Amino acid sequence: MIDTDICIIGAGPVGLFAVFEAGLLKMRCHLVDALPQVGGQLSEIYPQKPIYDIPGYPSILAQELIENLMEQISPFRPGFTLAERVDSIEKDQAGKFTVLTSEKTLITAKVIVIAGGLGCFEPRKPAISGLEDFEGRGISYFIKDPELFRNKKIVLSGGGDSALDWTIFLAEVASELTLVHRGESFRGAPDSAEKVGQLASEGKIRLLLESQITSVSGNGHLQSVTVAGKTRQDFAFEADHLIPLFGLTPKLGPIASWGLALDKSAIEVRLSDYSTSVEGIYAIGDINTYPGKLKLILSGFHEAALMAQSAFKYVYPQQKLSFKYTTVNGINAF
Amino acid sequence: MIHVTVIDRQQNQKTIQIQETEDSNLMQILKEHNYEMRATCGGMALCADCHCLVLQGFDQLQAPLDQELDTLETRPDAESISRLACQLKASESLDGIRIKLTAYAC
Ligand SMILES: Cc1cc2nc3c(=O)[nH]c(=O)nc-3n(C[C@H](O)[C@H](O)[C@H](O)COP(=O)(O)OP(=O)(O)OC[C@H]3O[C@@H](n4cnc5c(N)ncnc54)[C@H](O)[C@@H]3O)c2cc1C
Ligand code: FES
Repeated sequence: MIDTDICIIGAGPVGLFAVFEAGLLKMRCHLVDALPQVGGQLSEIYPQKPIYDIPGYPSILAQELIENLMEQISPFRPGFTLAERVDSIEKDQAGKFTVLTSEKTLITAKVIVIAGGLGCFEPRKPAISGLEDFEGRGISYFIKDPELFRNKKIVLSGGGDSALDWTIFLAEVASELTLVHRGESFRGAPDSAEKVGQLASEGKIRLLLESQITSVSGNGHLQSVTVAGKTRQDFAFEADHLIPLFGLTPKLGPIASWGLALDKSAIEVRLSDYSTSVEGIYAIGDINTYPGKLKLILSGFHEAALMAQSAFKYVYPQQKLSFKYTTVNGINAF
Repeated sequence: MIHVTVIDRQQNQKTIQIQETEDSNLMQILKEHNYEMRATCGGMALCADCHCLVLQGFDQLQAPLDQELDTLETRPDAESISRLACQLKASESLDGIRIKLTAYAC
């Protein structure tokens, strides 16, 4: 069990900056994100794109901004739970919150800050009949530990860089590896595409181009995959694991079921402090909505500052909060 | 006037009239016409939210750039007639095309 002052759901730029604003008021934070890395949309969608509207930076790469934020918040030693989705939030009689993640991690906190952006990034799933029956039973969308696939019959599907890179890597690990791609060639990095072609011509992998997986079957665990091709009859072959490798896309996910007032897929907040309809829960960044809302990083930073002031008053109603510039005292690390 | 026929996600078909505009694209125009259009990346060919199938007039369109083709690879439901609406400039080349919008989730 992790105990903290503020549990921040979402480690995008806004969730990260909230650690700083809370830290100035001596409140500790723990961040949870469904992605294995911090940075939200910036790291996942556009790490190498320059951003031009961060005050004080005529231009900064998205990934660089995230690295800077990590450095800026490091004095306040936030905790991180990554690659876990927050599934539920409970509030007890005394007003204490308990957060439960998809991997059953429990976090208790005095305040919850939802900085969930556009929602959880989730894998795109191909339309394959029977797919969901075998999720976690032979079908996975991420490769966390390649050793799980040693001496197994593996099928990868997809045509992007990650499908090519994993094909090359797992060719050495799997007993049998098949790559299924709907296109007639690969558009990814030419080196990787060439290497995959070479592995196929040496008979080290099976490459099925202009093909699509149509169904999967098994007995409790995946056993076989059926592939339809443009130029041949459908055929089935044995498989222990199928890994569809298409990108990730954000989905609102569990946030919708936390009993908060929503407007479409955004959380309604009070303009004065970005508090939600549940006392002690705040929503900042892309996930919230109010009249005039702009989904910009700089708006999220501003929201984080106001939220922190309000959260402090909520947690310590008896204490006086005197507003100070950072230039006065500097940063008092924990 | 440029005419584009759109089949929305509820399978309703309608023809809209659009004007040639230098800095606009079909994703933005669909938004302006109140089509439900999430566009996470704002039109940078990075998110594939604006994926559509070009049922008629595919060959008359300007050829896709590498970034668009890379992003189309992330859509398991992409077909040989797939395009990203944000990469289709509001130009004469769109006249007479018929497109179908697809779900975001795929
Ligand atoms: C291509 C592109 C270009 C952009 N350019 C600019 C620009 O130039 N300037 C600008 O200001 N903005 C820009 N934006 C918008 C900017 O990226 C967003 O405003 C910003 O990312 C919002 O930050 P956030 O922290 O609120 O949310 P996000 O960055 O979306 O992060 C939210 C995080 O919450 C996590 N999460 C959600 N639900 C859960 C849950 N239940 N459990 C665990 N984790 C959860 C998600 O996995 C995600 O990592 C751009 C966006 C894109 C896609
Ligand atoms: S709007 Fe993101 S790819 Fe078109």
